[in-house]
Amino acid sequence: MAASVYAADPPGEVRDVEMEGLTLLYHRPSGLTHFLAPPAPQILAALAAGPASAAEIAGRMGELFEIDSEDPAAATAARLAELEAAGLVWRT
Amino acid sequence: MRDARLLVRLLADPACAGEVKDWTSLTAVARSESLIGSLAWRLQGLKLPPRVEALFEAARRDGEAARTQALWEAEMARRALAPLNVPIILLKGTAYAAAGLEAGRGRSIGDLDILVPRSALPDVERALLAAGWEWVKEDPYDDRYYRRWMHELPPLIHRERDRMIDVHHSILPLTARPNPDMESMVEARLPLANGLFTLSPPDMIVHSAAHLFADGDLAGGLRNLWDIDRLFREFEAADSGFRAELWTRAERHGLLPAVARAIRLAHHIYKTPIRCQAPKLKSLNSQGTGEGDGSGFRISAADRLFVRRLLARDGWGRQRRPFTRLGFYVRSHLLRMPPLMLARHLWVKARKTKR
Amino acid sequence: MRHVLRLQVGPVSFRIGSHWRRPVAQLRRLYSGYPEPEGVCDFTVRLEAERPWRRWIRPSVAIRGDYVLPDAAPLPLAQGLLAAEMGMNLQMALGQKRFVLLHAASVERDGRALLMTGDSGAGKSTLGALLGERGWRFMGDEFALLDLEDGRLHPFPRAISLKNESLALFDAVDPGRLGPLLTGTPKGSIRHLRPNVEAVERMKEPARPVMILFPRFGPDLDPVVRDVGAAEAFMRLTQASTNYVALGERGFDALTRFAGALPSRAIDYADTAQAEELVETLWRSA
Repeated sequence: MAASVYAADPPGEVRDVEMEGLTLLYHRPSGLTHFLAPPAPQILAALAAGPASAAEIAGRMGELFEIDSEDPAAATAARLAELEAAGLVWRT
Repeated sequence: MRDARLLVRLLADPACAGEVKDWTSLTAVARSESLIGSLAWRLQGLKLPPRVEALFEAARRDGEAARTQALWEAEMARRALAPLNVPIILLKGTAYAAAGLEAGRGRSIGDLDILVPRSALPDVERALLAAGWEWVKEDPYDDRYYRRWMHELPPLIHRERDRMIDVHHSILPLTARPNPDMESMVEARLPLANGLFTLSPPDMIVHSAAHLFADGDLAGGLRNLWDIDRLFREFEAADSGFRAELWTRAERHGLLPAVARAIRLAHHIYKTPIRCQAPKLKSLNSQGTGEGDGSGFRISAADRLFVRRLLARDGWGRQRRPFTRLGFYVRSHLLRMPPLMLARHLWVKARKTKR
Repeated sequence: MRHVLRLQVGPVSFRIGSHWRRPVAQLRRLYSGYPEPEGVCDFTVRLEAERPWRRWIRPSVAIRGDYVLPDAAPLPLAQGLLAAEMGMNLQMALGQKRFVLLHAASVERDGRALLMTGDSGAGKSTLGALLGERGWRFMGDEFALLDLEDGRLHPFPRAISLKNESLALFDAVDPGRLGPLLTGTPKGSIRHLRPNVEAVERMKEPARPVMILFPRFGPDLDPVVRDVGAAEAFMRLTQASTNYVALGERGFDALTRFAGALPSRAIDYADTAQAEELVETLWRSA
């Protein structure tokens, strides 16, 4: 079974403000405001380059950021599920 | 302000804004009929007193926010239901907004209404529940009644976003007498860019007319007719064969009388341009001796009763003429249910409320 | 509607209609000195009998208007004044879209404003009213209006609703500023207090906010001052706003600027003298 491929809105569709290590995110398509903690904003940043699977996203993040996790792919998949429920990410 | 006449005149012809003396009353009437957003758009660009302009500017922005939220609900429903591969047809305000229609501008949009084929209902229900929607009511009788006779699932609400979705499989309850050709409606759907659909233009008006008369006691009727006026004008301007297609579709769905009445009322209230060439319409024109209004269109005594009911709002936003109101409520229930069923339903409902 | 009052409060105006004379007469007296609105009124409130005979038989006041709560219980006629106040609050909570509406008290001194927000019962209302009697300009105790463009706070000096226990704190005020004693209300016995002359005269003057305060009142609490982080302040402010979501991106920008730029503090206190002291200390450092 092929791994799910995730996509996010392009960066121009959100407004974000950093406050004390949290990312406050205004999502234009929905009009909703989200509070994101790492690695959620990093996942969205990784998806700016185009749709990807959870493993690919973990890989992209590894190149862009320092990842402190025993199982980056599993942690990424868990966060992706939360982002999907929030409407910030969807499966293509 | 004794009734809603000034409001409907202003909507039809914004240039007479200069005649308005009492903007506070006009605003109260508009708000009570959920037409403040539409009115704000109609008045945009006109020279208004500064405080009035500020009020309508806020109403326009509010309409934009409502539009964003409504289209987002549609998108989240699309994401939840995409794996099922069934056609999801948007209805009412969300459809007008999604299709960029004039009728969607400034429109207040409440719940998300979608239409799916009846056979898809169990799958749709399952998928929505799995994606975070939950039932609003938990009453076994209401649930049984709903599932068996109504044209929609019992209401669902999303647990995070707190927004409701109504899933329809027909545009009228199964117990109602006109029986629209739902397969044909689904087949005639038009695609949107995102994979969702809307009804075809004639079916949109047929649905709106059915909703106006059969699905309530004419509450929200002025807004419903405004939708029909805007839709009719836009579709007619784009396609000269539209009118003929509208009568054909209305007849196919057994709703020609409802559509004809809706168009006559829209013409009377909002001056929707109707020329009297439509033969079917002429023959349904009057069920009595109405006066002519110059267009060759005759409004019947029954139509006048509807107009009275529709305009019955005073400058405080209150509904006037309570006796007319009651008559319409009973009539609408009669349309939905045969008398014996109605008696049983009302009896059970009354009994339960007594508790 | 036979009895009508038009009322201007800061940048917002109300048209209030009533089936009964008394609530409007009481309202007029409570708000004496307030200006008449010029032109259109932003909101309409209706105090009406639910059924025609309820005008006279066990009269009860249904609160209606441009914006309504469908299941709202009516109030007895004796509490008609409270019904009018609740009606105005409802229009603001459901219909105000020109400003970010914050459930907060605000006061101003030397051109700078202090915003106090928290849950009901946290004491912000009483504290705001008290500071208004102690040399601060009272701007409002129930709602603060944050400008979407320039981040200033607009006054909204409605009558202050005081519960029985708090009334003693205001026994030095001119009794002409007090409304009738209303007993048996959903909040017990209450009286309304009209803001002082300065608050009314300067109701059209916005002020630049410089501090956000989260006060918490409790008879057993030790007086404490804490810093509150900007992100927490932002979150609590969105919870204190009924119209944040409807305002979209402009609301996000206004509130992130507000919470991001201003220091936020929390204070716990057991009596108002302590609270005043804490506020003065904080203000010196602001």
